[in-house]
Amino acid sequence: MSEQKTKLVEVPGGIIPERDVGQPPVLEVRHLGIDFGGLTAVDDFDFVIGKDEIGGLIGPNGAGKTTVFNLLTNVYQPTRGHILLGGVDTRGKKTYEVNKLGIARTFQNIRLFKTLTVLDNVLIGMHNGMGYNLGSSVLRLPAYWKQEKEAKQEALSLLSIFDMQDLAEVHAGNLPYGAQRRLEIVRALATNPKILLLDEPAAGMNPSETAELMENIRRIRDRFGIAVILIEHDMNLVMNICEGIAVLNYGRIIAKGTPEEIRKNPVVIEAYLGKKGGATDAEG
Amino acid sequence: MKTNRKTIPMPMRYLINTVLIVLFVLASTLFVNSDAVSGYFTKILMVIGINIILAISLNIATGYLGQLPLGHAGFMAVGAYTGGIFLKAVDAAKATGGTYYLYIAAALVLSGIVAGIFGILIGVPALRLKGDYLAIITLGFGEIIRVVLTNIDSVLGFDLTYGASGLKRIPKITTFFNVMLCVVLSCVVIHMVMKSRHGRAILSIRENEIAAESCGIRTTYYKVMAFTMSAFFAGVAGCLYAGYLGSLQPSSFGFMKSIEILVMVVLGGMGSMLGSILSATVLTALPEALRAFSDYRMVVYSLVLVLMMIFKPTGLLGQYDFSLSRILEKLMNPKKSTGKKEGASHE
Amino acid sequence: MAFLSTLFSQVINGLQSGSIYALVALGYSMVYGIIMLLNFAHGDIIMVGAYVVWISTANFGFHPIVSILLAVVVSTVLGVVIEKVAYAPLRSSPRLSLLITAIGISFLLENGFQLIFGAGAKVVPDFLTGPSVHLGSATISFSAIVTIVVTVLMMAGLTFLVQKTKLGKAMRAVSEDMGAAQLMGINLNTTISFTFAMGSALAGVASVLYLSSYGQASPTMVSMLGLKAFVAAVLGGIGSLPGAMLGGFVIGMAEALVSAAGLSVWKDGVVFAILIIVLLVKPTGLMGKPMTEKV
Repeated sequence: MSEQKTKLVEVPGGIIPERDVGQPPVLEVRHLGIDFGGLTAVDDFDFVIGKDEIGGLIGPNGAGKTTVFNLLTNVYQPTRGHILLGGVDTRGKKTYEVNKLGIARTFQNIRLFKTLTVLDNVLIGMHNGMGYNLGSSVLRLPAYWKQEKEAKQEALSLLSIFDMQDLAEVHAGNLPYGAQRRLEIVRALATNPKILLLDEPAAGMNPSETAELMENIRRIRDRFGIAVILIEHDMNLVMNICEGIAVLNYGRIIAKGTPEEIRKNPVVIEAYLGKKGGATDAEG
Repeated sequence: MKTNRKTIPMPMRYLINTVLIVLFVLASTLFVNSDAVSGYFTKILMVIGINIILAISLNIATGYLGQLPLGHAGFMAVGAYTGGIFLKAVDAAKATGGTYYLYIAAALVLSGIVAGIFGILIGVPALRLKGDYLAIITLGFGEIIRVVLTNIDSVLGFDLTYGASGLKRIPKITTFFNVMLCVVLSCVVIHMVMKSRHGRAILSIRENEIAAESCGIRTTYYKVMAFTMSAFFAGVAGCLYAGYLGSLQPSSFGFMKSIEILVMVVLGGMGSMLGSILSATVLTALPEALRAFSDYRMVVYSLVLVLMMIFKPTGLLGQYDFSLSRILEKLMNPKKSTGKKEGASHE
Repeated sequence: MAFLSTLFSQVINGLQSGSIYALVALGYSMVYGIIMLLNFAHGDIIMVGAYVVWISTANFGFHPIVSILLAVVVSTVLGVVIEKVAYAPLRSSPRLSLLITAIGISFLLENGFQLIFGAGAKVVPDFLTGPSVHLGSATISFSAIVTIVVTVLMMAGLTFLVQKTKLGKAMRAVSEDMGAAQLMGINLNTTISFTFAMGSALAGVASVLYLSSYGQASPTMVSMLGLKAFVAAVLGGIGSLPGAMLGGFVIGMAEALVSAAGLSVWKDGVVFAILIIVLLVKPTGLMGKPMTEKV
């Protein structure tokens, strides 16, 4: 997968050697930090990711990984630092505005719209993709029909990435666990993001499901040309799929680099994988 | 799971539904206006209609948006007084022909709009809170509306609401036909909104607010929108109520009235419009039917409420909603039954 | 001078009604703290207590002390029974079902009593009589003194119970984390029953104090009192006992001061306006703990 790397240019703070030189990064995070009542949860977090890249965020439980996602989506407002999304500072924006600017996410503890159907879940993701107003919906004007029809087709085609188009009318809460995780990804994609944040997408999946997921994440990246950042404890997945990895411990980045570098990094091995641990399996 | 079921194409469905609804309104009006139906019975039917609008309007905020406002009677009161004062001011009783109907329409729309404005004014601060706190703050607003209606005249220096003694001699504009028309229009408008991207946005907030927000939904905007819609239709119902009774007292719009409406929604099944309609009908008709045992009826009523919660807390219908087209489609596909429990209709 | 003495007597009035609000608010707050339920039926327990006093004094001619004890015992038992019969089966249901059940119980008590005793008010003969105190031109009635003193004693007792006894500690543990408390071997049913018993006993005391100043019992006598005590609990921060006490006194004083200003018709409005303002500025009430949802 790394053959296409043509030229390695280290961007300061970047976790991934930039492939497309001259193109500004999609997401640039500088010195990001947040305190909760005197407790520093994340500090001095520097991170850069470009279009088409898959980055990994790993670290022991409680290291602050999900907090980083919450900061990136402005669920929490940072105490320090900046997030530049396509060059735009997202400080002070609402979560939905950040989503409109191009960040979509999934949740560690699945947050689907459980009593709604799979299709409705995806259509809600496409809310801002449709533009018809309240009047058009009450009077069922042509704008309603046209956009709803297109949206439905688009939703089904997104679902087909995971072969879920036949489940469109099933209630999301009735899906098996793995399918719920996949639906969250589809819903996030439906918001037409530039960056997809996946919070433990493989949690609870068996090895064959995980392998399939890995393949699909790559396919999504290639098809939509978006950046993916994932938090994951499954080292096999992370090492295989990510082009760059940042390791977080106690809210700080302790190492950054390619999977190969992370695997060899003694600091990581000690802090995260345990002193004598092999780098390929299990979390700390 | 996809089968090649016969389905009715989209424009056809709307046409069929429209024709059926118009026929239903006309037939029921003709029937009610005939000699076969007594004036007493017609009155009960009108009250049922008004309660249906109240229940489906609260259902927007409770069932669809997933909040628990306890001040719904306040919005009804705003609509009732707006309608009542307007009808008295233009002296609608003396108007004839087209003007008369214009006044009625204007009163209904105006009542809805003023109640809707109150919905925005109250919703913007109240919806910052969640759950029980939202319930309490709306309860507070509801009570304040009642207190203001009782005492506003002394502040204004002229008679507007006539305080505790009540607003009297309101032209009695409410008929079975206009109640029926309002019920149908309210149902249709609410249905159209809920089956659109705006409705889905409202539902997504009920399901999971944080997820909704990260899907790009402006949650605050949609909460206020749902709340305002809810207030609007309560205002319309209030206006019909004013035109039905001919007099209004602030004390009839207290906390207990809000609870009464809430009970209708909960018993019907929150999030089910059909449920709201059915339970509003039953809960209005039942006390009338039990009039002979009127001493016991409130006791029975409260017992039913408690037992219902203990044994069937999702309400009569859960979130099930009615769809004419689905029934027609079932008739067209006799042997196939989907077997799956469907939550809401998809047309 | 006349103004000052009016003000003074209004302050005493405020303390008196504030005491009753506070006692009732404590019951709301304790129950909320432990099972997250806005117990709408709590106010009606006062009504039942008042009827017990009426029956035992006016009908059977019992000694006031006996009536008072009876009222407190009946209220306590009623509170526990309501919890066992109506709320316990719903412990794992959605909170809304529980809330509606509470509303149903409240309806049931009011309508049941109306069915049995009629809608009219029952006059309870003065049963708490004693000398009033004169301070300059102002007079403090005996019932006001009793109300304030009893309330302060009750609060001190409750604080001791909650802070120092084993059951009180169990209560606090359950309200912190029900699951964890159970794992630590705390008996949930006993603790919840104990909470309802204490809250209802306080309501029983409140019913006696209420009668000592108003002298009438009717099925709907407490609808406003219950609502305002509930507002007091929320105002102080529901789940917080000092908050409930504070909230009760704030509401009582606010009402008295509004009346002193000659605006008594607006006093309900003012109470709810204070509630709204406090909730908007500090959404969990004056002394409530902040809540955050984990993402």
